[in-house]
Amino acid sequence: MSHPMTITEKILAFHAGLKAVKPGELIKARVDLALANDITAPLAIQVFEEIGREKVFDAEKIALVADHFVPNKDIPSAQQAKVMKNFAIKHKIAHYYEMGDGGIEHVILPEKGLVGPGDLVIGADSHTCTYGALGAFSTGVGSTDLGAVMATGMAWLKVPSTIRVEYQGKLMPWVGGKDLILFTLGQIGVEGANYKSLEFCGETIRNLPMDQRFTMTNMAVEGGAKNGIVEPDDITVNYFSERSVREPLMFKSDDGAVYERVLKIPAEKIEPQVAFPHSPDNVRPVSKVGLVTLDQVFIGSCTNGRLDDLRIVAAILKGKGVAKGTRLIVLPGSQWIFKKAIQEGLVETFLDAGAVVGPPSCGPCLGGHLGILAEGEKALSTTNRNFVGRMGHPKSEVYLASPAIAAASAILGRIGSPEDV
Amino acid sequence: MKLIGKVWKFGDNVDTDVIIPARFLTVSDKEDLAKNCFVDLSPNFVKEVRKGDIIVAGKNFGCGSSREHAPLAIKAAGIGLVVAKSFARIFYRSAFNIGLPILESDEAFDIYSEGETLTVDLETGEIRGANAGVRVSAKAIPVFMREIIQAGGLVSYIKARGSL
Repeated sequence: MSHPMTITEKILAFHAGLKAVKPGELIKARVDLALANDITAPLAIQVFEEIGREKVFDAEKIALVADHFVPNKDIPSAQQAKVMKNFAIKHKIAHYYEMGDGGIEHVILPEKGLVGPGDLVIGADSHTCTYGALGAFSTGVGSTDLGAVMATGMAWLKVPSTIRVEYQGKLMPWVGGKDLILFTLGQIGVEGANYKSLEFCGETIRNLPMDQRFTMTNMAVEGGAKNGIVEPDDITVNYFSERSVREPLMFKSDDGAVYERVLKIPAEKIEPQVAFPHSPDNVRPVSKVGLVTLDQVFIGSCTNGRLDDLRIVAAILKGKGVAKGTRLIVLPGSQWIFKKAIQEGLVETFLDAGAVVGPPSCGPCLGGHLGILAEGEKALSTTNRNFVGRMGHPKSEVYLASPAIAAASAILGRIGSPEDV
Repeated sequence: MKLIGKVWKFGDNVDTDVIIPARFLTVSDKEDLAKNCFVDLSPNFVKEVRKGDIIVAGKNFGCGSSREHAPLAIKAAGIGLVVAKSFARIFYRSAFNIGLPILESDEAFDIYSEGETLTVDLETGEIRGANAGVRVSAKAIPVFMREIIQAGGLVSYIKARGSL
């Protein structure tokens, strides 16, 4: 009989072929899905070729997604995307996506049923931790590690210790997953979970829909975490079984599992949160923001570009207009979400309000393209990072918040809540 | 192996966006990446850095994006070693994988100043300042990471063993 384990320890033990693992132990684990994008894949492909294997470990278990600079913003980015496309064709990569049937990597992999409960996913992108919302272990690595996974199908991992975060209580109006994770980051800090696992649980999480769970695990890395994870339940299984015929592997944390720390958060007291420049843990409740006028509002990204996010935005924007002097950019997270948003009339609401609606892309979030900030400009964004220069000029400012706060702020031309609209 | 270099100091939570902003990630060539290393935070860095210089930083160095372009740019710019109170985990892995020497030390940041010349023994982790009396010992490098370094990086490690 093995000792009690957390869900993260169980998934790692399973993929390492071991009965049990403990924090600090070094394991070599079998990878179910390896992921790279148009920025990280070209370097990973160089590494794969240096290793000298003729074939990838399994063409069905690699996903390559062009999303960061798409539609390609210039000649160098087009060249990079072409390197990835040529590799995908040569190695018959099953899950290669570019414009037309794709979108943002961390939005489309769950959407297409490519990740499920119990899986182990390694991605050359820091927000690979998103899939923990499905009860999977997933973590970001650099391109060399990913090149090695493409060659061997294996990854070396140090078993992380776990911080368990328990949320209790019913959420206030307009409060959701984004506010919970921003509040949590404010509590633990950007290094608070470095090398560790963040396990999100409690009554509040059990009632949280999938799209908002994705937002929470997505930003686990903003606390430095190796992975963020939610135990799978009926909500997870319903989401996954609509998209895949695979049997989900329902790992759960044992009673008596050892946690490094348990954090209890009374969720019913949490207001909508705003992260001030230049760090995601620099949070305040929206009522304490003061006057921050905005040049731009961006709604989208792997954090908050999902259908539920756009529905909330449309509910607030309906019959209202974007403030003069403020630009509102909405980029749905995937082709499927974009189409749904048109069918449900959300896009018409956005356009009537004076928003610009563009193609699925990571673009503005990382200061890539499709909405760059000038010197001194201030933006509110539903994305995940507000570092110096993240969305443009090094003297621009980014404030992070939920889609609800973003929609209300676009109408007000300053940071504010839907209650003020 | 002994390394002698001048100190470049950076604070806590130096993220990979300031090491190499995303607008320069349309290329993968490390020499091209190095041209824009720390371009927004320290515009003179690339002009003034000399081969073998040493970055001394606070906690959580290399946080944020997984872009391996960040350690590659630092290495190609000429930096021979990064000493920090702690590293963000993806940067930590990537630095070993690409052969950028890194050491963790709680004390170095508070003891050494910008521009000071340090002598570092990469094997033992002993760091000596301009004043010979001021020396600190960095934390030991984990055994598995040392194996990767000895093999010459992750690629050579896999090639030598035939698997991971």
